[in-house]
Amino acid sequence: MALYSNHTRRPAARNVRNTAIIVLLVLFALATLFPIYFMVISSFGDPVEAGAVSYQLWPSKITLASFKFFFDYSEYSYRWILNSLIVAGSIMITNVLFASAAGFAFSKLRFKGRSVLFTVLLCAMMIPYQVTQVPLYILVVNVFHLQNTYTALIMPSLVTVYNIFLAKQFMGSIPTEILESAKVEGCNPWQIYWRIILPLSKTVLAVMAILTFMDSWNTFFWPLLVTNTMDMQTIQVGLKNFRFANTTYLAPMMAGATISALPMFILFFSLQRYFLEGVTVGAVKG
Amino acid sequence: MAQQAAKIKKRRLQDDGAWGYLFIAVALVVYALFTAYPVVSAFIISFQDYKPLGSTFIGFDNYVSTFHSELFWKSIRNTVVYTVLTVPVALFLSFSVAILILPLKKWMQTAFKAIYYLPVVASGVALSVVWLWIYDPMPEGIFNKLIGLFGAHNQNWLGTTTYSMLSLVIMAWLSSHGAAIIIYLAALLGIDESYYEAADLDGAGFLQKLWHIVVPSLKPTTLFLLVTSVIGSFQVFQNAYLMTGGGPDHATTMVGLLIFDNAFKYFEFGKAAAQSLILALIIAVISLFQFKFLGKDVEY
Repeated sequence: MALYSNHTRRPAARNVRNTAIIVLLVLFALATLFPIYFMVISSFGDPVEAGAVSYQLWPSKITLASFKFFFDYSEYSYRWILNSLIVAGSIMITNVLFASAAGFAFSKLRFKGRSVLFTVLLCAMMIPYQVTQVPLYILVVNVFHLQNTYTALIMPSLVTVYNIFLAKQFMGSIPTEILESAKVEGCNPWQIYWRIILPLSKTVLAVMAILTFMDSWNTFFWPLLVTNTMDMQTIQVGLKNFRFANTTYLAPMMAGATISALPMFILFFSLQRYFLEGVTVGAVKG
Repeated sequence: MAQQAAKIKKRRLQDDGAWGYLFIAVALVVYALFTAYPVVSAFIISFQDYKPLGSTFIGFDNYVSTFHSELFWKSIRNTVVYTVLTVPVALFLSFSVAILILPLKKWMQTAFKAIYYLPVVASGVALSVVWLWIYDPMPEGIFNKLIGLFGAHNQNWLGTTTYSMLSLVIMAWLSSHGAAIIIYLAALLGIDESYYEAADLDGAGFLQKLWHIVVPSLKPTTLFLLVTSVIGSFQVFQNAYLMTGGGPDHATTMVGLLIFDNAFKYFEFGKAAAQSLILALIIAVISLFQFKFLGKDVEY
């Protein structure tokens, strides 16, 4: 029937088995969720130094003072969140636009050098980012003199090869007959892309948008490299600086961590389906 | 007539030419500027003593000094140890969890998938901040209390050469399995029911079905996860950078962190470029090796 026996004759046996499985899974889930739980719970504590703190797994009181402490640390704390939103939002939009356009061209249009160009693009996925990091830094900072600008934060990620690959894989599955008949009706490739391909690819583009937003929200090293004043930092870099400046303050540090993760949690819980779908979309025929 | 129509059709398709380039224009420019050029540039820099104004060509010096550097080999060893300790365990955990989730109802499957995926959503910086406190070396520290329950003495987890690597490994075990579980579960659900039916007729039990049907069917998935995890693990250094800084005594200096330090702490761009290319070569060789020896009967 399946991997597991249905125990059709003994429903009690099946119940016992499923309960045992659920207990195991819940135990593992507790271990997985514990750091996040601990982060949120501790963030509601008082902003006092760790010497006076005993770790609590259940809050004895709830106060937002540590959040206030985090925001009071720098006059730019709010700006970090805004910066992250601007950078991640821009990268999300440009990726959806340009990756879908390139994916459409690579899957449905004919032009000279198409497969060669696509292969060259794919090679990029095999190059460790350490290789490109140094020259990229020199290019952006020393050649273009873009240090400490939004352009520097956004530009290198305008469109990623992974997203082009994702779009191409999906659009390849759209029947070419539809596009042929649109052509006969007199549509040019732009109209086909805008009126047929994009509406049909809504789901995969939503997945792409969410995963891209999450990646750039959580990016740490590139913003660390190209920003040097607090007002241009993203929330991840800000959180790191806050941590190094307040090594003994447990609750405010947890409040900062909670703030940096909270937008992603909200996004995850409201759009969970797309997140979970996104994981397998990229893995199929990897 | 038909021939003529086919000709027209063919011409129309070839008309796409200019449009095709237009649609990929931005992607190509971004790729050329921020991927292709840096790769070429990395090769050039690796043969230079890089200075912002006037670099000098020094041949293979950066490579030679790297191969003579004890720290480089130590960082390679650390990376290998980290990979060997994290990847197989994470894959085994993910596989087992996916098997356990399989018989549950659909809504429970979704709930567990979401729970296990949650740490992936949180930023690495946030998680490192939390784990830093979990590993508090004081007796009140959470991890110390936990092992105290089993009668062990409290340890300075991140601060001693004995335990710092293990601490990073444990953290990886508990926060990096989300995607693998989901991918395994999708693959499990894709196994043809008729295999199980045939096995049932032969009177095969759960373990026999697991070994003779599930494990072979999931081989491509396992290979995919293995190769991507190893590649990822060889580049990883964010947790080491944020939690131990590579210490103590370079016990957690991964090769990725060494390259980062050389580049952005000591500004030895040439050395960093040479080391990054060596890393790329190592990763390519290992990936090829895995495909060759494990992918023998895997079809794509």
